[in-house]
Amino acid sequence: MGKGRIEEKGLDLVKGNEALAMGAIDAGCRLYFGYPITPQNDIPEYLSKHLPLLGGEFIQAESEIASINMVLGAAATGTRAMTSSSGPGISLMQEGISYMAGSELPGVIVNISRSGPGLGGIAPSQGDYFQATRGGGHGDYRVLVLAPSSVQEMYDLTIKAFELADKYRNPVMILGDAIVGQMKEPLVRRTPEVREPPKEWALRGAKGREKNVLKSLYLGEGELTQHVWKLHQKYERMKEDVLYEAINLQDARLVVVAFGSVGRVARTAIEMVQKEGYPTGLIRPITLFPFPEEVIWETSKRVRDFLVIELNTGQMVEDVKLSVAEGTRVHFYGKPPGSMLTPEEVAEVILSNMK
Amino acid sequence: MKKVFKRPESLTEKPFHFCPGCHHGIAHRMVAEAIDHLGIKERIIGVASVGCSVFLYDYFDVDVIEAPHGRAAAVATGVKRARRDNVVFTYQGDGDLASIGIAEVVHAANRGENITIIFVNNSVYGMTGGQMAPTTLLGQKTTTSPYGRDFTQDGYPIRMAEMLATLEGVSFSARVAFNSPKNLLQAQKAIRKAFEMQLNRMGFSIVEILSACPTNWGLSPLEAKKRIEEEMIPYYPLGVFKEREIPDYL
Repeated sequence: MGKGRIEEKGLDLVKGNEALAMGAIDAGCRLYFGYPITPQNDIPEYLSKHLPLLGGEFIQAESEIASINMVLGAAATGTRAMTSSSGPGISLMQEGISYMAGSELPGVIVNISRSGPGLGGIAPSQGDYFQATRGGGHGDYRVLVLAPSSVQEMYDLTIKAFELADKYRNPVMILGDAIVGQMKEPLVRRTPEVREPPKEWALRGAKGREKNVLKSLYLGEGELTQHVWKLHQKYERMKEDVLYEAINLQDARLVVVAFGSVGRVARTAIEMVQKEGYPTGLIRPITLFPFPEEVIWETSKRVRDFLVIELNTGQMVEDVKLSVAEGTRVHFYGKPPGSMLTPEEVAEVILSNMK
Repeated sequence: MKKVFKRPESLTEKPFHFCPGCHHGIAHRMVAEAIDHLGIKERIIGVASVGCSVFLYDYFDVDVIEAPHGRAAAVATGVKRARRDNVVFTYQGDGDLASIGIAEVVHAANRGENITIIFVNNSVYGMTGGQMAPTTLLGQKTTTSPYGRDFTQDGYPIRMAEMLATLEGVSFSARVAFNSPKNLLQAQKAIRKAFEMQLNRMGFSIVEILSACPTNWGLSPLEAKKRIEEEMIPYYPLGVFKEREIPDYL
């Protein structure tokens, strides 16, 4: 992802959250606004150290509500800005995210999710899938959602997030969890050329041009209808940026669908059952919205059994059911937060659904 | 013939929608005049809030972002931190600033955020139809305090200009009213001063304007003006509560 010089960091091990922060810096983001919450604190801690040295700004805001609105304000000037938080904090941001979508403002929001509902716990969970992919706040809108499954992807997808936010003038969410946030892996850090489209809509003072107004209030007859259809068409266009990882789809008898940290556990499990002679495929959605429905639809014409595995009681499984061809059996294995799935456990589930 | 009075350059030609006797029109004009006077029309970015004030984006001929309800000070913070050379102001009512947005304004003030806030206090929620505000006076009847505001039930009206003046990050805090020619001149001076503080990088500045809402007060414009004199000013005294001389931060 990104062109330019590649700096091999050798065997330097980097924490997922720090890799994400490095990705933000390498994407040209110099403005961060956030409020402390576990398990994402490495992100603000890293950026509070590095952004001031790069001429940027770091504000520890009074709340997540203030954080997202600072992102909104910075975004209105056409400047790359981000915030990060976890479950409860992301809930508080939903109003601001809705306004950003309505006012067509780019921005990156990171959810290194906790397990809820309520205060829940800090164990890995995928319980925020609905919140991330269904809009989350009020009104008819969507945010683009990226789900990294490795430290390298925490970095790469953060750069991608800023590019997509600018491309669509829409908020982009990165949905991770404590596993991808806290684990350490080798990272290849690139120095990409920061590519930003022209932002003639940005507020920088009405000098030598008409004034710019950024708003989401449309009271005139038919104005809001037109605006919401325009947003909808944009969400449809996002399909050209669908990302997923696909393994063994050609000869699979069963295809596992899993995202984020569960996706990589599933990959290991699939390698285990393959060795035992059970042909199994994997589709790991990397964009959760737009959802990779096309590849699921095409594959389901050949493969009768799909197995969705999530660290929740069943959320993404709904999108898989909406994507498959008629007659496909969609099995589900879910685990509410508290303990992580092991490859052995997943391998066993795969085999029990195949026999 | 020489033109001695004209529409400020920073306002558009669009006629105000405000009710007869409402002071928003005067406040808009006065802010626009200050922008013109300081020659900052091409550098200024306005942050509109939710309430009767939201249509600021139609009336001001400058760049404007509409903030979610109460969040204008946080939005202005984001704008200013991204664009330090621009001049940034918010324009907020009492429900927006003193109720739902009180955390945002207090923390922006406490950070010494170099922005200017125009706070329009008419002691009532205007746009939603006259409900009780945090600034509603004791005894004042509104649609949600039908027996009059009672401190045992609803607490006391908040004096924002005085409260914010206690914070170190604040460079200028004043309260003004439009009820007499003298007070209009004071108001004009205070609004200019607030923007000058920002231009001199002195930190957070706020001007609270006591404003009439004849419609929701159930009064004629003249009676509303009288209410400002006889009921509001005694509780919300006019004046400058803080004026920083040098940009000291202790």
